[in-house]
Amino acid sequence: MTIGLGHYLAVAAILFTIGVFGIFVNRRNVIVILMSIELILLAVNINLVAFSVFLHDVVGQVYALVVLTVAAAEAAVGLAILVTFFRWRGSIAVDDASVMRG
Amino acid sequence: MVLQAIAFYLLAATTVGAGLAVISARNPVHSVLFLILAFFSAAGLFVLLGAEFLAMILVVVYVGAVAVLFLFVVMMLNIDFAELRRGSGRYLPIGALVAGVLTVEMIFVSVYRVAAEGAAAHSNGPQATTGSVTNAEAIGRVLYTDYVYIFQAAGVVLLIAMIGAIVLTLKHRVGIKRQDVGRQTARGAATGLRIVSIKSGEGIDA
Repeated sequence: MTIGLGHYLAVAAILFTIGVFGIFVNRRNVIVILMSIELILLAVNINLVAFSVFLHDVVGQVYALVVLTVAAAEAAVGLAILVTFFRWRGSIAVDDASVMRG
Repeated sequence: MVLQAIAFYLLAATTVGAGLAVISARNPVHSVLFLILAFFSAAGLFVLLGAEFLAMILVVVYVGAVAVLFLFVVMMLNIDFAELRRGSGRYLPIGALVAGVLTVEMIFVSVYRVAAEGAAAHSNGPQATTGSVTNAEAIGRVLYTDYVYIFQAAGVVLLIAMIGAIVLTLKHRVGIKRQDVGRQTARGAATGLRIVSIKSGEGIDA
């Protein structure tokens, strides 16, 4: 009944796959794609923290903090791009985004 | 020990279920709310692991900032979500296949190789990390000494993201009256005042 490292890694693996699957399924909706990326980064964080705690080394949590920072920055810039794209196109369907090709 | 296991399975099931709901909800507002639930239960998992500081940061940063940002954008933009879902089932079979294979592979590797034979295999549990030092103190001792450059770099990343978001969304509209502080302070008696002598019986024309 002991909860070991493998349990946490399994949860993180499932969450990671849910994120990847979300990108596959909601291919046109950028907001859900951004949320899927957040889920993927959360899975990475769970991995980092689990290893940090089970290896008795706090550095993993420092890196989890950095991942958290980058995830927040990514969400801010991604949503800003989304707002600009919506103003320009009036829609957020990303398969229209290829019109930006030079 | 049993209580810990029950808490783990409860939090893990909530996290995974909320994650599934995020990608399958029809209404994006519901997606955002399920994302908040997923992050909350992940924070619970962190507390269970003994990483309280990161758990609180997760709640503050994600639930307090990122999720609200998502809600803001979802509600601010007038988006036809029904139109966006059109044709989304096309990649469902291949996506499910890839996801299933990926899950099985990663769980197999992490459970049977990494956790059973890796460096953490002989770890004596998650609790005995720091002894008398609290989790936040342990992180602080490392973060502000050995990893101070990474800490500063994280600050720079946030600054650049802030500037980038502002630059991307700032819109200069023409034809709007704005306060011009320079002109206001440069205005003095010489430019703002005019002495006219008026003959009696006549008005002044501006």
